[in-house]
Amino acid sequence: MSALLKYREMFLVAAIALLIAAITLRFPAFARPGNLAAVFNDTSILMILALGQMAVILTRSIDLSMASNLALTGMIVALTNANFPGIPIPLIILEAMAIGAVLGAFNGVLVWKLGIPAIVVTLGTLTIFRGATFVVAGGTWVNADRMSPAFIALQRGVFLGMPVLSWFAIVAIITFYLVMTRTPVGRSIYAAGVNPSAAVYAGIDVGRAKFIAFCISGMVAGLCGYLWVSRYVIAATEVANGYELNIIAACVIGGVSIAGGIGSVGGAVLGALFLGIISNALPVINISPFWQMAISGTAILAAVILNARGERKQGRIILKKAEAA
Amino acid sequence: MSAIETIAAPRKIPDRLDTPLKGAVLSWEALLIAVAVTIFVINSLASPYFLNAWSLSDLTFNFTEKGLIALAMALLIISGEIDLSVAAIIALASTLMGMALQADAGTPMLVAIGIGTGLLCGAFNGLLVTGLGLPSIVVTIGTMSLFRGIAFIILGDQAFKGYPASFAFFGQGYVWWVVSFELTLFLIAALVYWFLLHRTSFGRRVFAIGNNPVAAQFSGVRVARVKFILFCLTGLMAGVASVLITSRLGSTRPSIAQGYELEVITMVVLGGVSILGGAGSIAGVVLAAIIMGMVTFGFGLLNVPGIVMSIFIGLLLILVIALPILWRRLFGRRPA
Repeated sequence: MSALLKYREMFLVAAIALLIAAITLRFPAFARPGNLAAVFNDTSILMILALGQMAVILTRSIDLSMASNLALTGMIVALTNANFPGIPIPLIILEAMAIGAVLGAFNGVLVWKLGIPAIVVTLGTLTIFRGATFVVAGGTWVNADRMSPAFIALQRGVFLGMPVLSWFAIVAIITFYLVMTRTPVGRSIYAAGVNPSAAVYAGIDVGRAKFIAFCISGMVAGLCGYLWVSRYVIAATEVANGYELNIIAACVIGGVSIAGGIGSVGGAVLGALFLGIISNALPVINISPFWQMAISGTAILAAVILNARGERKQGRIILKKAEAA
Repeated sequence: MSAIETIAAPRKIPDRLDTPLKGAVLSWEALLIAVAVTIFVINSLASPYFLNAWSLSDLTFNFTEKGLIALAMALLIISGEIDLSVAAIIALASTLMGMALQADAGTPMLVAIGIGTGLLCGAFNGLLVTGLGLPSIVVTIGTMSLFRGIAFIILGDQAFKGYPASFAFFGQGYVWWVVSFELTLFLIAALVYWFLLHRTSFGRRVFAIGNNPVAAQFSGVRVARVKFILFCLTGLMAGVASVLITSRLGSTRPSIAQGYELEVITMVVLGGVSILGGAGSIAGVVLAAIIMGMVTFGFGLLNVPGIVMSIFIGLLLILVIALPILWRRLFGRRPA
């Protein structure tokens, strides 16, 4: 298993290196450390979201509601800031994470306690959260005039030569790495996906693991709600519309298996970076941004085809023989 | 549960429709009819404009196009697969029709291109899923970006306009009085799919595959071939829907039908089709389509923004699935 993950990550690193090399041929300045740091910063939000989505996908579930959760939480914290500019920003960030976690827990409870398939639950909450975003704001939006300077400035501040937004991503990556590989919570999330029956016999509550994964994905979606509205200085109903599929795409390209149990923090981060590099590179090498969708679609398909070989279940192989006979 | 048992009783939705009331017959369709009637009555009381023939006729345009895709999607989901690329197929088919229009293609040619593109896209999905044994949810997320991406590459931020008058009939014409061509087509398609799923051996195979693909394979069902046909059908219906939408709007934009895939899947799941495969009915899907159309139209009459309706649709989806489970937990017999 770990060998498989290593191989996938190395493959992705090679693919990204090739991608950067190819871009550099057309536009040499792209590979400058400063520019690569800017690409990393630009991809920060997607990386954090992909990590949350990975936790859910590992448990054989899927969270389609992350982008709507982001929009709703972002709207609530923007309204909080507009109405009470005195509240310190760290408290606002805590508020964002708490609201996001509560929304995620709502998904989690339905999956855990009622046994409703995650795709159905999150399909419902995708539209509910998006509609709620409209309702809490009364159909209006919050723009720069109504946000306090501190609310906007925090993630643009520079710390040790890196924007604070990048530090959010770095802290998230380290936290996720430690939680997923060094704690019982991380182990139960992996176990629930690798083999749910075995997990039950080993004393792991699979439903609870799914619930925790949804709380995690909700919490990071909430955090990214604050990051998104403060970065783009707009909180509106349409924020991050359709973005849930980009998050899943980052995971898929990163080698996180939709069948559960296979995936790594490094993979999810690299998958997000792959998409981030493409979207940042197209304008500078004079390719119309309209190509971006088709390119990421092709990348998803390539990743699925390449990764499928390592995931073949034994039953499939028997079946192939039966077909041949 | 073996595939054989399921084939004998394909309509039984396991674990969800065991009647909570002792002796009472509660089926998913009955529940949906109750919901539909309730919404109809509320709409009639809430708005004086709801109850007249033309108003009800306008209402049908809210669900016919998505409903057509939902019919094929229902079979696909019953077989245990899913297609998230249908809205992107609409966009690509519409774009290619627009290109044909620039080359002075006539109406029959436009329709052929729209439907043909849908079929080809569906076949492409089917090949990737059945030919390479890949998970359909990821494959169709990929092809969704790919198909719509191609539409964007061709069109950019342009739009194709100026479809011929004879082409307008499909999305704007009426067969008789207030009965539109779209509604007629939807009703005929519903009958065809009902027959296919509930009255043919092909339909039995779809249920068998959804319940246990391995058992179905060993019972002589050509699983890959059936699934491939279902992907083709879903693509085909997306192509048909593309002709209707392009005709109704009279223009093509690459952002056409954005978000439709989720609405279609909501329709199918609300109709009682198990997302895990193996259970569902066409009657339920038709009812769900009508319910979603009524909700959208009713709220529209009351000047409620579309985004707020989606809260109601989302809640309806979760409640309709959660309530029977909760009911059984509270009042059902405790397992020994």
